[in-house]
Amino acid sequence: MHFSSLSRLMAGAAVALTLGTAASATECIAPANPGGGWDFTCRQIGKILYDIGAVDQPVQVTNMAGAGGGLAFAYVVNERNDDPDLIVAASSATTTRLAQNAYGGATADQVRFVGAIGADPGVIVVAADSEFQTLEDLVEAIKADPGSVAFAGGSAAGGFDHMKPLQVLKAGGFDDIRAIKYIGVDGGADAITQTVGGFTQAMTGDMSEVVGFVKSGEVRVLAVLTEERVPGFEDIPTAVEQGYDVVAVNWRGLYVPKDITDEQFSAWGEKLQMVADSAEWQEAMAANGLAPFTKVGDDFQSWIDGVIAQTVDLSKEIGVIQ
Amino acid sequence: MDTLANLALGFGVALSPFTLMLAVLGCVLGTIIGALPGLGPSNGVAILIPLAFTLGLDATSALVLMTSVYYGAMYGGRISSILLNIPGDEPALMTTLDGYPMAKQGRAGDALVLSGVASFAGGLLATIGLIIMAPLLARVAYLFGPAEYFALYLLAFCTLGGMASNNQAKSALAACIGLGIAMIGLDNTTGMPRFTYGNLHLMDGVDFLVAIVGLFAVAEVFFFIESHGKDSAIGVKLDKITIPIRDIGRSTVTMLRASLIGFVAGVLPGAGASLGSFLAYMGEKTVARDKDTFGTGNPKGIAAPEAGNNAAAGGALVPMLTLGVPGSGTTAVLLALLMTLNITPGPLLFTERPEVVWGLIASLLIANVVLLILNVPLVKIFVKVLMVPPWVLLPGVTMISFVGIYSLSGSYFDLLLMVGFGVLGYFLRKMDVPTVPIILGILLGNAMEDSLRRAMVISSGDWTFLFSSPIAIGLWIAAFAGFIAPIFLRPFLKKPQRITD
Repeated sequence: MHFSSLSRLMAGAAVALTLGTAASATECIAPANPGGGWDFTCRQIGKILYDIGAVDQPVQVTNMAGAGGGLAFAYVVNERNDDPDLIVAASSATTTRLAQNAYGGATADQVRFVGAIGADPGVIVVAADSEFQTLEDLVEAIKADPGSVAFAGGSAAGGFDHMKPLQVLKAGGFDDIRAIKYIGVDGGADAITQTVGGFTQAMTGDMSEVVGFVKSGEVRVLAVLTEERVPGFEDIPTAVEQGYDVVAVNWRGLYVPKDITDEQFSAWGEKLQMVADSAEWQEAMAANGLAPFTKVGDDFQSWIDGVIAQTVDLSKEIGVIQ
Repeated sequence: MDTLANLALGFGVALSPFTLMLAVLGCVLGTIIGALPGLGPSNGVAILIPLAFTLGLDATSALVLMTSVYYGAMYGGRISSILLNIPGDEPALMTTLDGYPMAKQGRAGDALVLSGVASFAGGLLATIGLIIMAPLLARVAYLFGPAEYFALYLLAFCTLGGMASNNQAKSALAACIGLGIAMIGLDNTTGMPRFTYGNLHLMDGVDFLVAIVGLFAVAEVFFFIESHGKDSAIGVKLDKITIPIRDIGRSTVTMLRASLIGFVAGVLPGAGASLGSFLAYMGEKTVARDKDTFGTGNPKGIAAPEAGNNAAAGGALVPMLTLGVPGSGTTAVLLALLMTLNITPGPLLFTERPEVVWGLIASLLIANVVLLILNVPLVKIFVKVLMVPPWVLLPGVTMISFVGIYSLSGSYFDLLLMVGFGVLGYFLRKMDVPTVPIILGILLGNAMEDSLRRAMVISSGDWTFLFSSPIAIGLWIAAFAGFIAPIFLRPFLKKPQRITD
């Protein structure tokens, strides 16, 4: 490798990068490194948008990891606030962090949430050989001795995975929620290995993270945190039907810059609806354990406002925010 | 016999002129990416994923291309380690210790060929391990809880004392600086930011690639400026290139041992290739009879980390395929690729999608052979980099470093941080403080802290939990032995004379 050809290569790469972010093509920012849920959202929605002809050029995916999405959020608010060709992947984690002031003072009303087209149902899982058969067994054991059960989840303390068991226990009449043990590990699959290995007694996460382990019989799902049982997993009971009124789904969707016009905003809503209706998206959802959950446009924005208010209340109670 | 039939199925999928062409393309691109400081395997694979989609590749072809890039980058990382004393990526860090001194002695070609063969051995053995033991090894991840992981990282730090440095206290100091830097960012256990001073860029902590490129490449530039280009470390003597059969022969056992250690480190989720190459190097140094020549260009010191990190690359695929848990940064990216292709890795992948798994394994074997061919006979091309005078080469390295680091998160803050690390590296080297332990501190510090604090949450603060399993106790014993042994052995050993220029 002669050096001059190396430098030419790098120059070429730099030119390619610049072209990729040119204004004409739609850009989707995944506020995380490749490999996570946001990256999946951008790549999958981006691919389908182009395949069904909703955009005329392939969608450029940019990974902008940092501060759990906060870096990308600040970048969009400060530098791309009126860019109509920009979409950003978001999920429950985005709104949880906004509610907890984890984005350095940024607030949810600085962008517009344009829609969600699928949701990953929350689950509470134990190892197949666990003594806990129902959600009630688990809740009663914690009520009797809060130290006897540790949860593992894929988010840091105070994150969305941590909130799920807290909500369930509150619904079960246990108010000392700060006594509940929770360890945050690197992702849902890691949380499962810790639980199957017997280091923690239960796992809290998303349905997509446990599907493979459910099918192979290594774990038992005590409850899914949706209103109705999830299609394809009809034998898994909901928390609601077991008497714990908790619904927690990790929606997958997008936000857009605040200062685009209302027409541009509703156009993105319609495009998302097209993706949601496409056969390709149905297939991707089924393969990744996502349940249908479509809300677009103003409808979605008002739903988000409600979710954030609820998260603020719970976070105050566990002391994550004042 | 099942395995052979499956392997035949895999080769049936992977062996066509088109996929072979993709494998060669992937290997070449991967080697270049790996060799560029700052651009590691995970960035490389991430950057090239869009290429796979634009070419409209099907699942198998995309996998062949990406795994070739992955293995190629693991091979390529050693090139700048050996020729420039700048690790091309984080697992290649340990290769600088003996690779660069060997190159200084005019044996750059030998070092490259030897490390190429070691990489091949590591990669091949790991792939065989993957074939035979993947479903079995998946259970290993279940045996490692927070206490066991903590002991494992402790082992890595305890053996640091014996690192290539004339002064163990300075090694320890450097490791502490690294651990301190690792504390910056979001505290994973409470979700609270530490030492970030409200700066969003610091929320995720300091990326170790920023630190590596700063401490190695940018610091080198400062030395170059100081000396006005004379006596620069860059640029080494070059004799004619032959295959160092004797060195390869003498390192055979080393390669086998290092591959085993690397493979096991790779299988453990979160440990990854860096820990693999580190433990392989330290392990080899411990058992070698000629310990005192480690750090001065000992062939075994080149063979061990290279076999170790390539074996870890293969090992990291085990938890990714069988559990869906990425064993390293790059496998996290490959995991994303699989998910985008609607393939969900997990316990059922081997039974539900055999053509994908075995196609992948076959393409790993193919990539490995292609890379050996690329890296051994064609090694002259890489060595030609040396013909370029330092005043051309160094600005080029700087430019590539800046582009590579900017591509990480697209923020100029990382560039400032990198220059800051360059200044730090300059002064540390003036004071003869080794920089390798700093990187290890940044690389492993967070994982070690997280394991300890998880263990404390689970056990309600009972420290005896740390010694609660045979695996943990075994690792603690090894750690203590690794820490104390050098102290007692020191009078009997000559101190290694590291080439510090």
